[in-house]
Amino acid sequence: MTSAASFTEAVSGLWVYWLIIVLMMVGLYIVIARDNLVKKVMGLNIFQAAAILFYVSMAKVEGGTAPIVPQDAGHGAGHEGHEILYSNPLPHVLMLTAIVVGVATTALALALAVRIHREYGTSEEDEAVAWDMEHG
Amino acid sequence: MSAETTILVAILLPLAAAVSCQVFGRLGHPNLRDLATPLIGVATFYAVWQLGDGVLRGGRPELVLFEVLPGVELAFQVEPLGLLYGLVASGLWIATSIYAVGYMRGHHEKNQTRFFTFFALSIFAALGIAFARNLFTLFLFYEALTLLTFPLVTHHGTSEARRAGRIYLGILLFTSITFLLFAILFTWRLTGTVEFTPGGILAADTSSGLVTVLLLLYAFGAGKAALMPLHRWLPNAMVAPTPVSALLHAVAVVKAGVFTILKVVVYVFGLDLLRGGAASLTLMTVASFTMLMAAVVAIRQDNLKARLAYSTISQLAYIVLGAAMATATGVLAGGLQIAMHAAGKITLFFCAGAILVATHKKKVSELDGLGRTMPWTFAAFFVASLSIIGIPPLGGSWAKWYLMVGALETGFPAQAAFLGVLMLSSLLAVFYLMPVVVRGFFAAPPGGDGGPSKIAEAPFLCVLPLVLTALLSLALFFAAPDLVELLTF
Amino acid sequence: MPGLTDHFVVLEVVLPLLAAPACVLIRNPRVTRLFSLGIVAACFAIAVALLIQVRGGGVISYHLGGWPPPLGIEYRVSTVNAYLLVLVTAMALVVMSFDSRGGPPRVSESRRHLYYAVFLLCVCGLLGITITGDAFNIFVFLEISSLSSYILVSLGGHRRAVMSAFHYLVMGTIGGVFFMLGVGLLYQATGTLNLREIAERLEPSLDDRGAVLALALLVVGISIKLAVFPLHHWLPNAYSFAPPKVSAFLAATATKVSFYLLATILFVIFGAPFVFGELRLHVVLMPLSILAMFLASGAAIFQTDLRRLLAYSSVAQVGYMTLGLSTANATGLAGGLVHLFNHAVMKGGLFLVVACLLHRVGAVHLDALAGVGRRMPVTCAALVIGGLSLIGVPGTVGFVSKWYLVSGVLERGWTAAAVLILLSSLLAVVYVGRVVEALYFRQPAEDHVRPGLREAPFAMLAPTWILIAAAIVFGLTTNWTYGVAAEAAGLLLQGGI
Repeated sequence: MTSAASFTEAVSGLWVYWLIIVLMMVGLYIVIARDNLVKKVMGLNIFQAAAILFYVSMAKVEGGTAPIVPQDAGHGAGHEGHEILYSNPLPHVLMLTAIVVGVATTALALALAVRIHREYGTSEEDEAVAWDMEHG
Repeated sequence: MSAETTILVAILLPLAAAVSCQVFGRLGHPNLRDLATPLIGVATFYAVWQLGDGVLRGGRPELVLFEVLPGVELAFQVEPLGLLYGLVASGLWIATSIYAVGYMRGHHEKNQTRFFTFFALSIFAALGIAFARNLFTLFLFYEALTLLTFPLVTHHGTSEARRAGRIYLGILLFTSITFLLFAILFTWRLTGTVEFTPGGILAADTSSGLVTVLLLLYAFGAGKAALMPLHRWLPNAMVAPTPVSALLHAVAVVKAGVFTILKVVVYVFGLDLLRGGAASLTLMTVASFTMLMAAVVAIRQDNLKARLAYSTISQLAYIVLGAAMATATGVLAGGLQIAMHAAGKITLFFCAGAILVATHKKKVSELDGLGRTMPWTFAAFFVASLSIIGIPPLGGSWAKWYLMVGALETGFPAQAAFLGVLMLSSLLAVFYLMPVVVRGFFAAPPGGDGGPSKIAEAPFLCVLPLVLTALLSLALFFAAPDLVELLTF
Repeated sequence: MPGLTDHFVVLEVVLPLLAAPACVLIRNPRVTRLFSLGIVAACFAIAVALLIQVRGGGVISYHLGGWPPPLGIEYRVSTVNAYLLVLVTAMALVVMSFDSRGGPPRVSESRRHLYYAVFLLCVCGLLGITITGDAFNIFVFLEISSLSSYILVSLGGHRRAVMSAFHYLVMGTIGGVFFMLGVGLLYQATGTLNLREIAERLEPSLDDRGAVLALALLVVGISIKLAVFPLHHWLPNAYSFAPPKVSAFLAATATKVSFYLLATILFVIFGAPFVFGELRLHVVLMPLSILAMFLASGAAIFQTDLRRLLAYSSVAQVGYMTLGLSTANATGLAGGLVHLFNHAVMKGGLFLVVACLLHRVGAVHLDALAGVGRRMPVTCAALVIGGLSLIGVPGTVGFVSKWYLVSGVLERGWTAAAVLILLSSLLAVVYVGRVVEALYFRQPAEDHVRPGLREAPFAMLAPTWILIAAAIVFGLTTNWTYGVAAEAAGLLLQGGI
């Protein structure tokens, strides 16, 4: 395989991973580069979303359907002579938990941001830090 | 009392003294406090003395408290070197605790209760070192001694005292943690044990290079031995009240350093492993260098306590030299020097303190004619000086004698050189000690008419101990055969 | 009740989890305090019972809801984590009982029950991480403990406490997401979330990029929570602005649990042969540990606030633990694990001393502490002993840790590293020395003279001295601490939990 071919394969075959990595980096960049606390929180959200996406994409089974047992199928197998292919349900379930964690984190972070705004009169991190420098 | 109990009692008695200091001090009974300490000192000395019989007959009484780490116990064992060190520390503690009362009151020192408490605690640590059965126990009490003497060094709380305290802790902890602890752990790694064992624990085929490095790590790690260039803490520690300089920085603390080296040479390396090897020669050279350099520096010191401190550094090197010879005679000489130097040097410090209390003079150049007003003090100073120099019939001469014999037994091509070093060092001792006596007795007092002057000695409680310890120097000359018997391995 | 003891394992986590909302319902500050104290005491008793059961190689496996692994979630107790359960619950108990008046000064009486609820959740999270045998479950508990510790930190009272909590949250969340991704990759590779199943099915090699990536994500994620140098930035601020009680608890437990997690992942899931044999992780971990020891201790020297000084010293102490880990031999690993316990005891005790001082003096920067040693001798004696233990003076727990760490490092053949460990403890001499000098030798400045300064109240001193006394007792008898740590290290090296 030529290197060009392997490159194409790396891009096209693994595009989900690329998407996830780009999303992560976008999120991380916002967290690092933005001084506004609310934007930082949003950055964190994007960062988390990337990870959630990773799990969800992992659960995908080629040609699989939603892991819900059809009503007419008895015990879930042997529908019209061949087995139904389901997507893996476990990562989805895990991500429900992860989303809850993410929401809790966001809520707490926003609550802290409100407190910071009340204490410093600003939501910009650099201004708050400068204020601390001045006032000890 | 069984020997086991006696060991425990001997070690715990100084603790009891510390407690009694606190109790009487807090209740506001300074007299009771100052009476209790010497009495407990006598009891401690008696307890250690009781152990002597068994040791002389070849017994090695033991006390195992509990296992600290797997294979490492907090344990005590009395062997000849430890017994000697224990006797010296506890015996001179009695004299010092009497002297300290006279000194601290005569000099109107503050925080006396704290002072006496930490003093007793230091003796506790010193006895722990003396009777340690393994390197761990020794190290435990070694570090405790460093930390417990710190409040004594910084007793005055002045910026000078704090600076001295920083140097004191800095050097002693630096050496003990980086060198001594490392050496102990390396020994543990090599042998799997840290017990002091007759004949040593290191394998006979340990490479000569490793032995040399390890021996130097131990020798410099025992920073209390004040080998140059790690000696600076000792002159600095002289800011402490004189009783501290006398007992701790001439006897208990510094001897803890050389004692560690002696123990390690005898019971960790074993004399056979070291004898005639590169390690032995290297350490002998280091000791000789320290001996001469410190003596030269001592001559140039005008502050009397500083001069005595450098003299201590020089004299300690004798003991290290004895240990480094790694012969039975060398170890014997080292052990003798521990006792002889202790009696001599404590007298000298007592004298320095007595002069300070009586006249507030600290410098050698100010002592002109003082011998006439303080005849007892200067006479004692003279006797002790002779012992330090090594002139018969004083105790110090034995130590020097055996050292010279030992030097000739090492079999190094340069053995005569070490003989020369020893002689030269004694000569230098004459130069740094005798001027004090000469000025005291023969120089005319400044501005005085040279007529008869009144006796104006320090308080009785200061003078009595220094006369006693001077007499001890003399007595030790005659007691030497017993000591030799004790220390012959 | 029949069979209650069989459910000890799950009760250990469920008790504080259920108690937290109960606190919210009870509301009365005094009742919630006693209630949560009782819950923590019960957890402690259960932890001790579990440790006694598994001591000597036993393992308890508990299947949640009766679903056997790998389908169901397994809770698993062995010597390795039973030891940690005892530590976490014991520290929670001591910190809870500290100061009968209750929560941090900033929290008003009417909100105090919420403080207890959050505290219990934090305990629950830490216990959950320790006890569970399921990778994703670990993530959930990790986030429970992290979220509650962000809240606890923000209660510090100073406005910078809130800012520190926010920074801690950002760093912690990033770490958590890394961890989650790592778990995802492991699941992808093995199809299971049960730790032991993963360990069995995973055959990591350098060519397996998924495994290497998973390891990297997990290690970085946990290193953030553990504050491994240079990912420690959140820690000094968080610990110095949090209420000192909270600092005491977090310093003693949160980083320790993360350390356990790191050890589990390296030794159990990936296995020492891969991590240290093929991947040679120690090439990175060892120098970073040593850098942490020196740079963080060096930073501690220049701090003028006692809390910051202790916080930086914590970063340095984490360095000792990770150094023990990187030796990957029984002695060094046991040294790291025993240091986990030892450091928890001494640093917990020291932060409680800070709380005492803060209560009486009102500030803990070194100028304010000038001359306090004479006025509060019992409190300050605790500080001195704790400081000596940080240095590693023989007779204290710090020495025991150092003994085994250096032995382990020497056994590995890293002589220079051994010397560096010893040298780094001299930096501790300097920063402890500065505190001692302030306490005993400096005269208070004009504006810091406090005529009515007294000893801290007994309710504060007693828990403080329990920890400080433990720092001496366990420095002299190591049967329990080192004995258990050695057993745990043996288990870890065999890849078992």
